[in-house]
This record gives sequence, structure tokens and C-alpha cells, in this order.
Amino acid sequence: MAKMTGARALLESLEHQKVEVIFGILGGAILPVYDELCGNKKIRHILARHEQCAAHEAEGYARASGRAGVCMATSGPGATNLVTGIANAYMDSSPIVALTGQIPASGVNTSYMIGRDAFQEADIIGITTAITKYSYQPRTVAEIPLTVNNAFYIATTGRPGPVLIDLPKNVQSASAEVEFTNKIDLRGYKLPTEPDLARIAEASDLLAKAKFPLILAGGGVIIAGASEELVKMSDLLMAPVATTFMGKGAFPENHPLSLGSIGMHGNPAANKLMGEADVLLAAGTRFSDRATANLDSFAPNAKKIHIDIDNAEINKNIEIDVPIVADAKVSMKMLYAATSQKLKKGEGTAWTKRVKEAKEQLSPLLKDLPRDLVPKSLLTELRKLLPESSIVTTEVGQNQMWSALYFQALKPRTFISSGGLGTMGFGFPAAIGAKVACPDRAVVDVAGDGSFIMSEQELACSVTENIPVTVIVLNNSILGMVAQWQRMLYKRRYMAVHLGKTPDFVKLAEAYGAQGLRATSIEEFHKAVKTALASKVTTVIDVPIGSETDVVPFVPPGCGLPQQIGDY
Amino acid sequence: METGKTKVISILVENKPGVLHTIANLFRRRNFNIDSITVGPTQEPDTSRMTITINGDEKTIDQVVKQVAKQIDVLRVSELEPGHFVMRELALVKVNVPSSKERSDIINCVNVFRGRIIDVSTEALTVEITGTPDKIDAFLNLMNTFGVIELARTGITALARGAKSIRIDE
Repeated sequence: MAKMTGARALLESLEHQKVEVIFGILGGAILPVYDELCGNKKIRHILARHEQCAAHEAEGYARASGRAGVCMATSGPGATNLVTGIANAYMDSSPIVALTGQIPASGVNTSYMIGRDAFQEADIIGITTAITKYSYQPRTVAEIPLTVNNAFYIATTGRPGPVLIDLPKNVQSASAEVEFTNKIDLRGYKLPTEPDLARIAEASDLLAKAKFPLILAGGGVIIAGASEELVKMSDLLMAPVATTFMGKGAFPENHPLSLGSIGMHGNPAANKLMGEADVLLAAGTRFSDRATANLDSFAPNAKKIHIDIDNAEINKNIEIDVPIVADAKVSMKMLYAATSQKLKKGEGTAWTKRVKEAKEQLSPLLKDLPRDLVPKSLLTELRKLLPESSIVTTEVGQNQMWSALYFQALKPRTFISSGGLGTMGFGFPAAIGAKVACPDRAVVDVAGDGSFIMSEQELACSVTENIPVTVIVLNNSILGMVAQWQRMLYKRRYMAVHLGKTPDFVKLAEAYGAQGLRATSIEEFHKAVKTALASKVTTVIDVPIGSETDVVPFVPPGCGLPQQIGDY
Repeated sequence: METGKTKVISILVENKPGVLHTIANLFRRRNFNIDSITVGPTQEPDTSRMTITINGDEKTIDQVVKQVAKQIDVLRVSELEPGHFVMRELALVKVNVPSSKERSDIINCVNVFRGRIIDVSTEALTVEITGTPDKIDAFLNLMNTFGVIELARTGITALARGAKSIRIDE
């Protein structure tokens, strides 16, 4: 027991959780915490330039490291600016803890208190209920340590997600006896136990007998750290592996059995073979609409095994034959052991041949590589330039889907993108967060001009805080993905997609003290990336590309996965 | 006891502020429609029971139960097995009394339905009636002939039959 302020108790609790960095912006209602941060040697504070980016930075940190990322903001607009970042973390199951200052919960002779519509009051818990895994508003100093323990435990275990702690200012500045503890007190928090052995047996029967087994790996495989088990399982079954967009990196995309990702802009081989599989082993995926396309034609011939840690995902979108509600790593290990006993070796050669043939015929990467400045050659070139462990983030739109198609992710946690929410402006702050988590690795944001403008002010953060990353702006002066939809689905009636005079990104970078480069040929691009990777300061590479280039192939809305259109 | 596709879901939750908001918000956000909801403390003061009636097919109910179960403040949730639970609703009905002839007619009805008259004035009677929603509907149908001035229904509350119970430690 020791007497201290709520602000001090919060910071010591965070230290207890081994928090090393907070991405945040201060304001009136969080000042006591910032006062305690002053001189703190254990926790680094990184000043974001917009709270939304602070949340994305925390998420980039979390997804690169596997540990909880922490962001902090003041009450009112500070808190509401976090909302998009929190929603993004919720949709992509990323562990972040968001700390918000709140106006005082009580006071004497003042209307500056919760419930009185005071200055910078926002009901952030009410606002974020649907996009947080849980939220807390401690009303006493004494409850802070347990609250923080619970918050980190909830954020990082089971299906991870964002947790909010809204701390009233009077609790930050009040003093009380505080006891630190490792205790977690959550009687209603149910984590899945070991996989059901009967289900494992059922699933291994199906897999052992399968003629055309296919594995679909989602983001849950990355979160569970089950990539090694996934590769072993694929090798055992000689089963091709497709990933969802969020699962990109779960399986090395240069592996002979890799099909790349499925979905609306998926790899044609993956989308095609999904329709031919007789047993589908899906792990850590929620079968999002962008992954499955029309449900009726999603793997129609396959018996479906679904491993997921979240029971609510079973049968939510897809009817499942064998559900396994447990951690993907543990389940995959047990399933491997059970299946290897039943499997007769040497079978499945017809399927292996078919997989090879489909990849050769359909893979967009194996076709001729143009030497001009188009996304396909840029991203293929980028893969060659980056070490395997480098981290690539993307913005949202064409840049993102081109990256999914043409940039091979080889390791888990090296491809970080806004999957579920599709947040433009995510990639750059996520890259900053990832770089903080992995300072020795190259971090590259593949951006579009439209998206980059949404968080370009974080250049100030990355330069000032000395967090060098590389931003590659695929600059087509248009909001390319919606323009593509208007072109393909709305008879080329372009509305509000032309960006007109976009900024000179080289000068923009220089204005912030970053390095600006422009590449107008593959050779220049090659050189620019090399320069950027060697740079001690953030580099923006402006790459002008055509404004009418489509992301193809494309499964139009309402169609099934095999009904892809477009030459690629 | 079950009417149509109405299902009854019994939920034990932490008895603390914000929990009702979380659950109600979950139903709204997931596009589930609540028919009625009742909340009150259980024999354990730190635990409340919510009884929710909802219309939906099996797949919807399965999702409701799973999504509710996932909430951190939810200790236990289960769909009450049709035919194996008891349920009651309470209604307070203020009935118009045009004349003394009608007054005795109303009192007769109340007695048949085993209701109680809890307030009397010259122009109105207030009746307390308890039962299944069907019984209350039937009573209200009769009262409509006299004229219902005001109505307050609680929504149903329910428990599984026999010694079986929904417990936190199960």
C-alpha cells in the first residue's frame, strides 16, 4: 500500500503491464496524467497530431508486436476523435487500450462535472459501447490497478479487441492508498477451453478422407501465432492454403501450396479452387462478405470445419459441419496429430496437380511483368527490395487491393492493413506504430494519394519523434477504388472522385522535414526505395500512375467467388 | 405456453450500471428485435436477471444467445426450453366505469381472471392482473368493451420448471 494520486496509480499500473509507449494527445481533462508522465523514464510518450492517428499508431504497434498498444486522449473531442481508430481495432480484433480523460465525476459548487453538459464532455463510453470489447470508468483511485489489469487482460486474451478506460479528472488528481496486484477479477469473462476431442476426431476423419482439401486461414491464425502449425498441416494434407485479406502473412505466399488471398479482389486461383474443394478447413476467420462473396456459391461442395476462438462466429455467416471453438494454435496442433495417424501417404496427387495447374494458369504474379510504372510491377519490385521481415502497411482502396494481389507476404505480422472497417488514412500511422514496435525493421506504407492526405499530418510526428518509415504514394490523382466502381457499375458517371490539384508530395514531405522523392520509372523507383530504406528520416516516394487503372480481377457485388471479371 | 416463434431468453448479469445499456445496445446493433425485457436483482445482490422475449428463427436465436454470452458482464445465458418453464406478466389496467351496472360487470370479469382491484374512483377502476401474456391479452379484450384509460404491462419474467436452474457456476 502506498498513498498516491490516481494519475500516478494509472502510470504505475501501466508500467506493471510493461507498457513502454503511449501514443496520445493531451488536453485539459487528462492533464494530471500528463503531469505524472513528465520525467517518467519507463514510458515513452509519442505525440500524435490527431487522436484518430494515435489510435491507429497503437494498433500498428499491437499488430506488429502482438502486444497491447496504448493510446491516450483528453475528454470530448479528443475522445471522439479516437472513435474511428477504436472501431478499426474492433473490426480487426486488435488489442488496444484507449485511455481518455473525462471531466470530473463530482465537484463542489461547480457544474464542471459529468452529466451537466460541461465543457468538453462527451459520453465516450456510450458512444463506443458497440465498438469496444469492454469499457471502464473508475470512480475511485483504489480501483485503478485492478481496472488496468482487467483491461489489458480483456484486450489481449480470447478474441482480442479494444478496451476503453475513461478516467474522470477528479479521480486522476485525488489521492488514496493504492495496492498493486496481479489480480484479475472478471467472473463473467469466459475464455474457450481446450478443443473438444470429439470434434477434433470428426474433423480429422473428414480431412483424412478428403480428396480435395483446402485450408482457409484468417487473421485469427496470425493472432494465435499458429503459422508454423498451419504450414505443417498444409504439408501433411498436401492442401493448398488460401488466406482471407486479414490472414495475409499467416502462410508464406511463396510456398508452392499458397493460393494467396480469396475475396472480391482475391487471387483467381484461390477463388476458383474454393469452389472445387471437398473439405474446407477454415481457421480464425469470420467469413466476411468481402472474403466469401455470394454465400450460395461459397465452397458449395465442401464439408466445412471451422476453428475459431469466438463461438459467436460459428454459423454466423456460413453453415459449419464441424465447429472447433478454441485457440487456433492449440486446435491445429491437435488436429495435426489426429489426422497424421489416419492419413495414408501418397494420396491426393490429382489434387496437387490441379493446384499447380490452377496457379500456373491463373496466378496474376506468374504472368508477364510489365516494365512500365504500373502497380503490379511496382509491388513485385518492392517485394524484391524488402527483406522478408520488413513490415508493409497499406491505406485503403486500390493501393490496398493491389498490395494484396501483388505483394507477397512471407511472414505473419508483416502485412498490416485496415480489413474490416476499411479506414482510409490507417496505413501511415499504423506504419509509425509498427516502427516503434520493431525499430530494427524496415516499415513501408503503400498508400494512395487520397488516403495519405487523410493522415499526412503524422509526418510531423514521425520526423519529430524520429520514427523513420517509408511512404510510397501510388499517385493517380483520383479516389481510385470508388472511381473504379463508378466506371464498372455506374456507367462511368464520375462524381466526386477527381482530386484535382493534389499536393506536390515531394514538397509536402520536405515541408515537414521529411525526405521527398519522385519515381517516374521502375529504375527510379528501385533507386528511391533503396534511398528510403537507408534514410534516417521518413521518406515519401511519389509515384505518378495512370488514373484509370483497375484492380482486376473483381467479383462484382452479389456474384460468387468464381465469377471474377476483368483481364489481369 | 409458447406463442408463435416467441422465445424467452434468461440472462444472469452483473448488477451494476451500464449493463442494461450494453445488452440493449447489442440487440439494436445486431438487428435483433426485443419484444419485452424485464430486469431485477436475484437472490445474490451482485447479480441481476434479465428476461428477454424475442421473435426469431432458430438461427437468429442461436446468434442472440452467442452474442449475449460473449458480453463480459453476462454471467450465464440460456434460451428457456419451450414448455419447460413458467412465466408471468403483470399488467395494471385503468378501466373506464360508465355506470354501476358496468362496474359490477367489470368486477365479475376481474374475479374470473383472478385479478385484483387496487384503486377505485367514481369513474374508473384500476386492476392488477397477473398471468401469461395470452391471459392478459384476453382480459384486455374484455376490458376494451368498457374502455381502457391507461395500461402498463411489465413484460414477462420467467424461470425454468422444477429444480433445474441457470446458475453462474454451471
